Order: sequence, then structure tokens, then C-alpha cells
Amino acid sequence: MGAVFALITVVAFVLVVYLGVGVAGLHFLFGVIIPYVAFFTFLIGMIYRVIEWARSPVPFRIVTTCGQQKSLSWVKRNPLESPYNNFEVALRMFLEVVFFRSLFRNLKAEIKGRNLIYGSYKWLWLFAILFHYSFFIILLRHFRFFAYPVPKVIDGLNQLDAFLHIGLPHFYITDALILAGLTFLFVRRLADPKLRYISLASDYLPLFMIYGLVISGILMRHFFKVDVVGVKELTMSLVHFSPKVPQGIGTIFFIHLFFISALMAYFPFSKLVHMLGVFLSPTRNLANNSRAKRHINPWNQPAKFKTYCEWQEIFYEQLVESGQPIDEDCPQVKERKKAEGAE
Amino acid sequence: MAKLPKPEELFDSIDWTPPETDWMDTPVEFQPGRWCYPAKKKVVEDLGFPNPREWSPADEDWKIPSNWREIVLEGMKERLEKYRSFKLFMDICVRCGACADKCHYFLGSGDPKNMPVLRAELMRSIYKGEFTLPGKIFGRLAGARKLTEEVIKEWFYYYYQCSECRRCSVFCPYGIDTCEVTMMGRELLHLLGININWILEPVRNCVYIGNHLGLQPHTVKENIEYLCWDIEEVTGLKIQPSFNRKGAEILFVAPSGDYFADPGIYTFMGYLVLFEYLGLDYTLSTYASEGGNFGLFTSHEMMQKINAKIYHEAERLGVKFIIGGECGHMWRVKHQYMDTVNGPAPSNLEVPKSPITGTVFEHAKSTKMIHICEFTADLIAHGKLELDPSRNDKYVVTFHDSCNPSRGMGFFEEPRFILKHVCNNFYDMPENTIREKTFCCGSGSGLNTDEFMDMRMRGGLPRANAVEYVHKKHGVNMLACICAIDRAALSTLMQYWVPEVGVCGVHELVANALVFPDEKTGKKKRTLDLRQQPLKPEDEENV
Repeated sequence: MGAVFALITVVAFVLVVYLGVGVAGLHFLFGVIIPYVAFFTFLIGMIYRVIEWARSPVPFRIVTTCGQQKSLSWVKRNPLESPYNNFEVALRMFLEVVFFRSLFRNLKAEIKGRNLIYGSYKWLWLFAILFHYSFFIILLRHFRFFAYPVPKVIDGLNQLDAFLHIGLPHFYITDALILAGLTFLFVRRLADPKLRYISLASDYLPLFMIYGLVISGILMRHFFKVDVVGVKELTMSLVHFSPKVPQGIGTIFFIHLFFISALMAYFPFSKLVHMLGVFLSPTRNLANNSRAKRHINPWNQPAKFKTYCEWQEIFYEQLVESGQPIDEDCPQVKERKKAEGAE
Repeated sequence: MAKLPKPEELFDSIDWTPPETDWMDTPVEFQPGRWCYPAKKKVVEDLGFPNPREWSPADEDWKIPSNWREIVLEGMKERLEKYRSFKLFMDICVRCGACADKCHYFLGSGDPKNMPVLRAELMRSIYKGEFTLPGKIFGRLAGARKLTEEVIKEWFYYYYQCSECRRCSVFCPYGIDTCEVTMMGRELLHLLGININWILEPVRNCVYIGNHLGLQPHTVKENIEYLCWDIEEVTGLKIQPSFNRKGAEILFVAPSGDYFADPGIYTFMGYLVLFEYLGLDYTLSTYASEGGNFGLFTSHEMMQKINAKIYHEAERLGVKFIIGGECGHMWRVKHQYMDTVNGPAPSNLEVPKSPITGTVFEHAKSTKMIHICEFTADLIAHGKLELDPSRNDKYVVTFHDSCNPSRGMGFFEEPRFILKHVCNNFYDMPENTIREKTFCCGSGSGLNTDEFMDMRMRGGLPRANAVEYVHKKHGVNMLACICAIDRAALSTLMQYWVPEVGVCGVHELVANALVFPDEKTGKKKRTLDLRQQPLKPEDEENV
């Protein structure tokens, strides 16, 4: 159901642009206004999200320890899975963010006969890596449209990405890899009954938007060629805040631009915020040193509890009869003594 | 209480295929053996919790206050502002499903709402529907729904089908910890007077009497004295531990289960025998007579309240540091919460330093509290204990990593180091079922009650199945653990799934292996273990 909705949405996006640009000629709306609005929605939205998270304190040091703690000097500890100081936390976070460490642990449970088996299952990790890194490189590649002259690094990246020299212009490897990643992420949601059960429209929508983005990009590069000089003129004018839409850029470009705009605008309101959220996750970004260093909870209130002396009053007889010491320093005992003396 | 199916029947009934209907359209069905009895009215009253009344989850009407919606939404808002974990975990899940088959309750029951992702989604959908704009606009498409009484019932059912074991959080790429969600769920339910007796009654007992079991000070002392007589039967030692003694060097705190019920009592006897061997200057407290903390399963405030007496007593007695016994959730509190909620430690406490080896426990320099396994491992490493591991030769031992020390402390090597020195036959269970990937006993977080037996046996299956594996492969017949709930829960679990395997604490085996000077010289001879069974099988001579 969710997948169908997401598909309809994405098809609607294409239609809207086709009608808006191709038929009604609203180039300025689709070429300037929507991209600007989307970009600033993304920027402000993401900053807002991080501030919102940061406003809630971290009352407790709830590290999830996945390795040996630091205790006795001769016990071999695991600084990456049970970091003891902030440097080790940074390393753990680096592994988490850059290499998806926790996903790499993934197992798949199976029932064989009357046995439960947990085998290594790294496919999700592999395709997640493919997807995210391809996306990242593609994003970097696009900076050639937003800088003049194009930095050497970006040029180099382009050449590297196209080093197979297939077709003209050369086909980018990351284009294929991101499609592979997307396809895996999509198909597993449909193929695994558990995944299908938990998947929402908001899980399919970003996948489809990125599909739309990638496919429109590939189409534009290899099939419906657009006026690249015009495109760069537009993107540079956006960068310089003096927007101008040159004539004659193909509609397919505006479809591409609309998909990235939609994605940016959608980002801060969706699960895609995991991109920044992962940095704030308290089970990962704290040191497991809570017995050595006191963690402060800003809203901590002193505990209200029954003190020993109050407790001793209640169980006074039992304590005496069972030969347990009475704490004479308790004010209640002094009063008791005084009362006994008065009798 | 529901009748439990035979183990084979239960195993074969497991089906991980979700139903046809969408989870939002699948109403919660209260299956027998899968929910716990509500807290008694009196218990709720005593604790000053809201809405004490007679009710049952089986009833249609749960008699919740008429303004329940405001109460819950206000409670959620407050907690979103107080806990970054809660807020973040509501926002960043991508439903990748990596956690889905990591939960022991899901693996054993196949109930899709026991997949951690969906358990959290029960709460997340309300967060979206009531607190976020996209959720309010797009509703179901964004995974949002409105808060209804049905949702409250669903929360009760599933947040008391989570043992807060945190196994899912190991696998989550963003470290989302279902335990945090379950804790919030339970706190919110408390606001409406929805709670379970198996947790709240121990909490009441702990608050008013001093321990979960409600043993009064004279009974605590008596129980421990009984254990001392048993120790004398076995070892000939006359042990007289001190109670509430001012000026002792060390305060020793254990979970109350250890001096109350089989097989925990043997672990407690183990502690006492070890301390006697060392001539340790320690005292027990009948006031701080509970190391465990069912407050952790109730609310953060209650956890803090119950734990406060540990430092309070340590201060009153003027001890130098605290040693804690073998207990799982107790150590999550002591390690991750105590300093924050009850600290800083009283000024009379010093950085723990072993009086026997001189080792300074730097990693506990702020809390001033160490785990008995850290203490003992250090002794063994320094050669301070004369051990005869062959005394445990009738046991082929494996070790169950308890959830909390594993994923809340990183406590893996210390108990293994001890076990490898006190017994000759030790085999770990398969790699993916131990250490940080360990499976819950199925009864953690206050769910080890009889009426919950169906779910306990299902949730415990992944653990039991791994035990069965090493039982068949290596002849394992003893499951050692460092948790009082485990000692009770795993015993029942083993009886059901792998009846050939017993359960013990690590220090029971330590005491069995410990050779006293008189025993070394041959003046005395040990023929019995702490359970008063022959040390060696009957066909062999006991030497």
C-alpha cells in the first residue's frame, strides 16, 4: 500500500513538472523559486532539528557496551566497542558513521529443525554502504555545476568515477551502484514479509524520490541531452543569488531539479534526519566510564527515601531481639531514651 | 494460569510470518500466559501512585481516569523534553529491520509487535500523530495514528513483553535502544495506574522494609545464619558475618534473592566462604538489604529512591568502599545510574583498594563500588586463592552473560577468568549468543512471574537453545550466571527446555574450589559441595 502511494506521488511529481514547465512554461517557478525554497527548508529545518534534539538533555550515561569494559589492568579491554574516554568515543563514532559498524554486526536468525541459528548477514550493510557512498560521490561530483572554475578535486573525482569509459559521455560507476543499492533496499522491503509488514509509505517515498532523481539524471546525461552550458548558467546564477533561467534547457532537467528540491524539502520532516541524528545517539556517543567520572543530570532532584534512622524506629524491636546493633546516634533513639528516662 | 504446551509443541508453533492485516488494523489480543497481573490496589496506594483500584487487563473497562488522554500526552511531552534518547529515538528510525529478528520475544513468539522496531513504532506512531506536523497532516502514510484506549492496552501488553535487555540496540545502526522506549511506555502507563504486581510489590517492599522480598531485619539475619549452618555442614567453618556494623572496611550488598531462594543461596554461601577465607573486614546491612532495584523497571525516580539507601548506609557505617554481589540489573543501576542519581559518593568512601592485593580499582574511583567478580578475579590473578578446580569436575560449565552487565557495562572477561580457574570444564555457547549478543533469560525486567510463563518460555528459547547446543556437543550440565533473576528464571527455563542442565552463580563454584589451609594440610577434608551433594560422582572416591 505504502509503495503504491509512494509510486503515485513520484509519478505525480513528474507530471507536475511536465505540465508546469513543458506546457505552462513556468521556468522561473521550477528553476528558481522551488529550488530556493527547498534548499532553505533543508538548511533551516536540519538546524532546527539538531537544536531541538540538543535542547533535551542526556540525563543518564546509557552507553550500549559491545566490548570489554576497562577494569583490571590485565584484562584486555575493547576501546572501540566500550570507549573509556572521548578520544575513544570519537573513534567509535567514526566507525559507526563512516563504516556503519553496527550494521556490519547484522545476523539473520533461522529455524533449522529444532535449532535456532544466527548466521552472518552482511547484505544490508553492503548495499547500504553502496547506496550511501554512491550518493555522496554523486553529490560531490555535482559541485562542478556550482563552482567556477571547477576545483581539480571534483574534476578528478569525475574522471575517476567515469574511468570505465563506456559510452559518450562516459557512464559513471556510481550511477550503476546507487541503482543497485536502491534496488536492494526497495526489493528487500517487498520480499521479506517482516520488512513488508513494518514498512510505511514514508519508507518507500524517499527511495522512489531518489530513484526519480537518479533516473532523471541518467536520462539527461545519456538520452535526452540537455544544454549543459545553460544548466551551468542557471546553477551559477542560483549560487550568486542573481537567478536567471536561460532559454532552451530541456524539461528533463527541471524534473531532475524538482526531485532534488522535493528531497531537500522533505528531508527535515522525515526519517532522513538520521543523517545528523546518528551523531547524537547517547548509546553510542558517550564513554563507558560512569563509575570513574560522575555524569550530571541537569534535572536531577535529591531522592526522597526512608533514612536508616526512620527505618530503625519501625524495626526497633526486631533489631534488638535479633541482636543487631542499634544506632545510638539517631535522634529518634535519643528521644526514645529520654522518654524511657522520664518514665 | 494458562496451561503450558509441551516444549516440542511450543517450538513447532513458532511462525515468524506476520499476519495479513496491517499492524495498525490488528487489535491487541490478550493471550493467556503472555501478560502479568495488575498491581494490587493496596500496593499502588502505599507507593502513592495514581489511580489505585481493582481492575484486570482481561476486563473491557480498565477504569482509567476520564482525562487519560491529557495525562498521557502531557507525560509524553514532559519526557520528550527530559530525555534526548526518547526524542531522538522517536525521530531517527528508518525501519531498516536490522533489529527485527534480534529480540528473544519475537524469536520465541513470532508476534510481529515484538520486533523491536514495531514495539517502538507503537509509541512512535503516537508521537508522530500527536506531536509532529507531518504526522498530523499525512496520518497513516507517515506512520502516525491517534492515541486511543486501544493503544494504551497495546502498550501495556507489549511494554511488559520487553525485558529491556538492549540486544536490539547492539545491532541498530543508530543505536536506538528499545529499553528507553519501554521505560517511557511503562512510566506513562503508571500515570494512569496501569502497572504489574510482580514489579510494584517488590518496589513497595523495598521502599518500606528494605528488600524486594519484604524480609524484615531479623528474618534477613536468620536466613543468612541458616546459610552459615549449611556452610558449616560442608566446610566445618563457623562463619558469623556482622550486620550493620559501623567501622567495617567494606559494605557488601547483594540481591535479596541470593539469601532467600535456591539456587541463589549457594551463591550467597559462596560469597561468605570467600570472605571468610580472606578474613575480610566487611559487614552486611539489613537496612540496605537489597542490591537489586525493581525501581529501574518502574520509573527513574523510583530507581533513584530505592538505590539511595546504599550510599546512605555506606556513609552511616563509615565504610571505605562497597562491593556488590552478582546481579544483572543491579549492576546496570550501580554502573550507569548510581553516581548520577545518588552521587557524589559520601566523603568517607575511598577509591576501592583491595585489602588483599593492594589493587586500586581506578575505574570505580567515582562510585567507590566494585563488582564482586572484579574483586575475585583480581585475587586469582594475584595468586591469593588456593583453588582446586577438580572439586567442580562433575560440572561441565557454560556461562550466561546477563544482559545488563553485558550491554550496560561491558562485563565479559572477569567472570570467565574466574570460571576458568575454578573449574576444569568450561565451554562457551556459540559466539552469536554470548557477550554483547547474549540472549535474555526471557524473564528480565520484572517479568519472572508465573502467569507470564508462556512468554517466558518462548522468550527464553534462544538462550535455552544455545545451552542445549553445548549440552549436546560438550555435555554441559551447569549454566553459570551473575544475576539473581537469572538464577531463578534460568532454573525454570532449563527445567522446561534442557532439564539436564542446572543453574548456579559464579561464586558458588568459587567456594567449592576454594582450599582452606586446614584442607590443604589434610586436617580437614571436603566431600560435599555447597549443595551438600558429593563433590565427585559416587563411583569415584572423594579426596
